[in-house]
Amino acid sequence: MKKLIDTLQVIDNKRLNKEFFVLLLQSDKQLPEILPGQFVQVKVEGSPRTFLRRPISVYDVDYSQQSISLLIKIAGDGTRQLSKLIPGEKLNIIYPLGNSFSKPSDNRLLLIGGGTGVAPLLFLGKYLRKQYNIVPEFLLGYRSKDLAIELEKFEEIGKTYITTEDGSLGHKGFVIHHPILFDEKKEINMIYTCGPEVMMKEVAKYANNKNIACEVSLENLMGCGIGACLCCVVDTIDNGNVNTCTEGPIFNTKQLKWQI
Amino acid sequence: MADLITNISKLKLKNPVMTASGTFGFGTEYSDFIDLSKLGGIVVKGITPKPRQGNPYPRMVETASGMLNAVGLQNKGVDYFIEHIYPEISQYNTEIVVNINGGSIEEYCEVASKINNLDKVNAIELNISCPNVKQGGMLFGIHCPSAIAVTKAVRDVYNKTLIVKLSPNVTNIVEFAKAVEDNGADAVSLINTLLGMAINSRTRRPSLSTVTGGLSGPAIKPVALRMVWQVHKAVKIPVIGMGGIMNATDAIEFILAGASAIQIGTANFINPAITVEIVEGINDYLEQNKFKSISDLVGALEC
Ligand SMILES: Cc1cc2nc3c(=O)[nH]c(=O)nc-3n(C[C@H](O)[C@H](O)[C@H](O)COP(=O)(O)OP(=O)(O)OC[C@H]3O[C@@H](n4cnc5c(N)ncnc54)[C@H](O)[C@@H]3O)c2cc1C
Ligand SMILES: Cc1cc2nc3c(=O)[nH]c(=O)nc-3n(C[C@H](O)[C@H](O)[C@H](O)COP(=O)(O)O)c2cc1C
Ligand code: FES
Repeated sequence: MKKLIDTLQVIDNKRLNKEFFVLLLQSDKQLPEILPGQFVQVKVEGSPRTFLRRPISVYDVDYSQQSISLLIKIAGDGTRQLSKLIPGEKLNIIYPLGNSFSKPSDNRLLLIGGGTGVAPLLFLGKYLRKQYNIVPEFLLGYRSKDLAIELEKFEEIGKTYITTEDGSLGHKGFVIHHPILFDEKKEINMIYTCGPEVMMKEVAKYANNKNIACEVSLENLMGCGIGACLCCVVDTIDNGNVNTCTEGPIFNTKQLKWQI
Repeated sequence: MADLITNISKLKLKNPVMTASGTFGFGTEYSDFIDLSKLGGIVVKGITPKPRQGNPYPRMVETASGMLNAVGLQNKGVDYFIEHIYPEISQYNTEIVVNINGGSIEEYCEVASKINNLDKVNAIELNISCPNVKQGGMLFGIHCPSAIAVTKAVRDVYNKTLIVKLSPNVTNIVEFAKAVEDNGADAVSLINTLLGMAINSRTRRPSLSTVTGGLSGPAIKPVALRMVWQVHKAVKIPVIGMGGIMNATDAIEFILAGASAIQIGTANFINPAITVEIVEGINDYLEQNKFKSISDLVGALEC
């Protein structure tokens, strides 16, 4: 898949709450094919402290409008600068980057996300329905109700279970404590997960114990995003250190040397 | 079109723009973005005698106008390079320079003599300045008698263009440049990364798994420019300049300071098409300022 450098126009910048916003970006060219799990490398202008590009997952794609959206959490200077973009301004990105979630071998799928980790899962959910006619279920975790974002978009795709740490919405606790994970009658054959590393490790441990295939989306620090600097490596069982940006960001947890 | 042809001893480049080792993979990583045949040369990722896994993650952190890296020469070894990578990259219509590394003089010689047999590789860059490995690497580049010994030994087994890459982590870089010139180097390239460190106050831990790492990017440009200027004045062999070059203007500054060719490193991460843009920018500068040839600009600083 050919990678492109493109300057997109900001069509909309929707602030969802104090931490999250969604950028809607439009290209003046036809979009390349983008797969769920892939990311873009965003160039941040106007921040004296942001030098390298910032990797952000693709949240949604609309080929007819030649547009993509990104769900971003304000983490530091770079993302704060992006949160100030206004419609009409330009954003330079390199895309599409990385591999993608694999094709499911079964239709009983659970997509588990936490925080901005929900971003690639929305796109994956839409893709599963469209491409394979599979209706996935979501299990999404947030700190509190006010941080739970665009839930209706997930609910449109499939049944969506929620946990919040303070109990203000859905089940109280972390995703890993949600009752559906312990429901004997519920069959899950594959889990796709993205979120904070501690959460993904807990999910991987659960999947491992239950012998469920599990794919994670890693958020390693990146220098280039295109396989050139070898800064983003993760240690794997078969191949030692491999680049998260080209061999990942999606990995089957059986491949990772995670202590779980 | 101005004359951009650049000679680094016997190595003939179609223009002075090369890529810096470790920032450009083996070139293929960039072929979606640029036509590789427009480059003067590609310096490939550092090669060692045996495969190396490199240092543990985290290996990089962004700093003000730059980044620290501690990759630690991850590569699949010289034999893998010759068997699997060389056949592909030898097809490119540009000069391939192999960056040579080792933990001892014998190891440097082993890699150099194997690369000597490759028809399409006309030069090596002897890296005696990597700050991210425990053995060898920078130890050779910060101790003058060691720099001399390794240059001499590699000269004996390598008969094409030998470029020695110098470390900026010394008090007087001129002393090293002269010493390697006297012992068989055909050219010097500088600078490698500056030893640096970053701390995460929230976790109270170093940002890199190795605690210290190599600083690159625009943050190091003034230091690099000064060193290129000092070395150019002191040696007769060509100087290849690098360190924080982000655009054609930066590249021209290095050439004015005395660099016959330049290398682009970290800038490739931000704009993967920057190398070709810099070739065009240098040409525009020469034409606008009525220089016929790039060689007229080398060391043309007036002071
Ligand atoms: C493949 C990939 C996909 C990603 N997708 C998204 C996404 O869809 N939405 C989103 O909001 N974020 C995403 N991230 C994380 C995002 O890249 C970082 O939050 C961002 O780079 C921080 O930049 P900053 O300048 O705002 O913060 P900085 O000032 O650089 O850092 C602020 C804090 O964020 C932490 N941080 C920086 N980079 C990362 C990183 N790569 N991963 C985790 N923590 C980091 C730093 O350690 C620091 O504590 C993704 C990362 C990767 C590698
Ligand atoms: C991620 C990374 C990896 C590097 N690996 C090597 C290497 O293998 N061998 C080498 O001689 N220099 C290596 N370098 C140093 C660069 O070639 C160059 O000397 C330095 O980065 C300064 O140039 P810049 O500021 O344009 O990046 C590396 C630099 C970076 C950023
Ligand atoms: S970020 Fe450079 S190789 Fe992955």
